[in-house]
Amino acid sequence: MAGEDVPAGEGLPAAGEGVAAGEAAEAVEAVFREERGLLLASLTRRFGDLDLAEEVTSEAIEAALRHWPAEGVPARPGAWLLTTARRKAVDRLRRDQAYAARLAVLQADAERAEAVAPAADAGSASDPGLGELPDERLQLFFTCTHPALAAEDRTALTLRCLAGLTTPEVARAFLVPTATMAQRIVRAKKKIREARIPFRVPGPDELPDRLPGVLQVVYSVFTEGYAASSGPRLQRLDMAGEAVRLARILRRLLPAERETAGLLALLLLVHARRDARTGPEGEPVLLEEQDRGRWDRAMIEEGRDLVVRALTGGPAGPYGVQAAIAALHDEAADVESTDWAQIVALYDVLLALTPSPVVAVNRAVAVAMRDGPGAGLALLDALAGEPRLRAYAPYAVARGDLLTRLGREGEAAVAYREALEAAGTEPERAALRRKLGE
Amino acid sequence: MKYMLLIHSGAVDEQGGAPQCTVEDWMAYDKAVRDAGIHVSGESLADLVTATTVRVSPTGERTVTDGPFAETRELLGGFLVIDVPDLDAALDWAARCPGSRDGGAVVVRPVADFGA
Repeated sequence: MAGEDVPAGEGLPAAGEGVAAGEAAEAVEAVFREERGLLLASLTRRFGDLDLAEEVTSEAIEAALRHWPAEGVPARPGAWLLTTARRKAVDRLRRDQAYAARLAVLQADAERAEAVAPAADAGSASDPGLGELPDERLQLFFTCTHPALAAEDRTALTLRCLAGLTTPEVARAFLVPTATMAQRIVRAKKKIREARIPFRVPGPDELPDRLPGVLQVVYSVFTEGYAASSGPRLQRLDMAGEAVRLARILRRLLPAERETAGLLALLLLVHARRDARTGPEGEPVLLEEQDRGRWDRAMIEEGRDLVVRALTGGPAGPYGVQAAIAALHDEAADVESTDWAQIVALYDVLLALTPSPVVAVNRAVAVAMRDGPGAGLALLDALAGEPRLRAYAPYAVARGDLLTRLGREGEAAVAYREALEAAGTEPERAALRRKLGE
Repeated sequence: MKYMLLIHSGAVDEQGGAPQCTVEDWMAYDKAVRDAGIHVSGESLADLVTATTVRVSPTGERTVTDGPFAETRELLGGFLVIDVPDLDAALDWAARCPGSRDGGAVVVRPVADFGA
């Protein structure tokens, strides 16, 4: 670390002006959300310890907030933050010898591992010369989404460490108390540290196994934001927006992987409909009833370009195919002129890639649009034995809608009542009660 | 960093043995672990019918019972301690272990380090 640029404003006074510390810290972290993930990744890599990296990242950002208003923003703000954080880390290690000794062992191991596998570095495009922070977030993505962590913990850690959300924000996203979320994050970090989940980008031979897990976490952040599984509101836009941002970062970090383009395309093409998707009372508006003029055209354009990239140059992945389906919806002027034949064909591809009863339900609905409600209903009824569909509201709603179109109102009511039992959010339940005429 | 691989077999025959893996599979795996220079220790356990359980009550009374017998499908059949750089390496070795196949499972646990 010696010999590096000395950032302006070194020799900082001790932290803690004594203002409403919690709130202020949260506001500060929000301002530096992007930088936070970059700093954290770089420091975690250098010191091999996520806790230390988090603490000194927060301290460096606090220092910036104290000094920059008075002394001006430095020429290279990213480098200033990184150098300040590094110094704080080194200071801490000097103060705490036992900690330092343990980290030294970790680092020696990490360096040994790097010497053996230099290719692991290939994904971290470093460009520290332009006042930008080197982007080493890809390693942190793979650590936070490691399959050895519980699925919920992966999402929480990714939101905390990579989206830069504060712990109270992550807690709100999961609808759990802050203390519960804090505990969960501490537990996950303990596992990373003590089981020694590595900070590294998997090699090319491992990537096909590991990348789907990373994409899945970002996708689950999005689906939770898009269709909240529980709670008073149907959509949680802030979560969906965070997922889009994470998908953009991944796309930048892994530009050669077509599924990163596919995931970003899918999220953009669905997120583009966000304003039309709920009515004034927060009730869900079905695709066929949405005001397509309120769809975000710029976002659709961006998504369509990415679909092309996701689907060319080899066999398509599941996100690319789902993005293509979303693009066909977004391109159509209305439900009638939608290319349902093409959508059915894409669902056939998707079913072959990821056999799932949920995909089969969507395919059946598309078949109903292409060939009529009777054909779709036959396919849905053939899925009746699937355990995963037993408490799956969209399955019962789809059956109810097709039965209604066939004039079988009595059976439709039974299906809607089943859906009412399974529906997770209040707006969904209200919409079903309206269908039932209650 | 040391990890213990707890090797659980899936199906168990009447003698409490695990029939699905061949001796050759195990010998090849054992050789690979030793050749890689990561072997710390390891044993495979005798069939479950030979197991005996000891418990000591708060008053110091010793209870010895036959068993346990396989009440669940998974049964500890052996263990291996390896010294590798990180969890990913440990998981790779677990995946190569014959005990992880045919319904078996390998549980990977870091060995606690008390600063020694």
